Amino acid sequence: MGVEILKSSSEVTAKIEGDIDHHTAAEIRRIIDENISLLRPSLLKLDFGGVQFMDSSGIGLIMGRFKLVKTAGGNLKVVNVPRRLERMIKMSGLTKLGIF
Amino acid sequence: MAEVINEMNVNFFSRSCNESFARTVIAAFVAQLDPTIDELADIKTAISEAVTNCIVHGYKSGIGKIYLTAKIYENGRISIKVKDRGCGIENVEQAMEPLFTTGGSERSGLGFAVMQSFMDKIKVTSKVGKGTTVSLDKYIIRRTVKNEKNQ
Repeated sequence: MGVEILKSSSEVTAKIEGDIDHHTAAEIRRIIDENISLLRPSLLKLDFGGVQFMDSSGIGLIMGRFKLVKTAGGNLKVVNVPRRLERMIKMSGLTKLGIF
Repeated sequence: MAEVINEMNVNFFSRSCNESFARTVIAAFVAQLDPTIDELADIKTAISEAVTNCIVHGYKSGIGKIYLTAKIYENGRISIKVKDRGCGIENVEQAMEPLFTTGGSERSGLGFAVMQSFMDKIKVTSKVGKGTTVSLDKYIIRRTVKNEKNQ
């Protein structure tokens, strides 16, 4: 598991690698949230291209970051979602938020 | 009634680092049925949800033991039980409703819905103060057996 943070003037991209479960989500959340509060980006991109496995903790992670970034006046986009994670995302109803 | 052809039992502490351990164990055991990548991913996801529930809810006030058992039947059924001796669930029906959670804003409340969707059958038995057992079944089409028969 790892998170790489890429910063530009108004955007923060968090590239997530490996598995997202309840255990790893805690550290991923800590790193991303630290950067949100520090940089207050107008756009936070969660890049799921490197995610190998995800259970519903990944949905909680997206929901939590959505609320946080919205409260800080920004927007969230989730990009490069692997095909195998689509079923879980559809089940969650998150597609209605327009973040994909 | 189909015959059990293999069985495994493993127990471990309810530490969150064991979520990936449980997934790896179950994937290794199921591998002998030659599942597809999608079938394997479904089982791993369901087990991850069940084990996480034991950690987050069953043993919310401390560390306890999680008991993982799996049986393979000759008809290709894999039957998995994830059991804890934690606090138990007062209202199982309510706990199984999609989006219901007592786990705070970072929990999606989708755990049981995912288990239901990714497996063929789910049964939850729970007693307050005694613990919870989640039984999960999935049928794996045994391609190797089919191929052997064809030869």
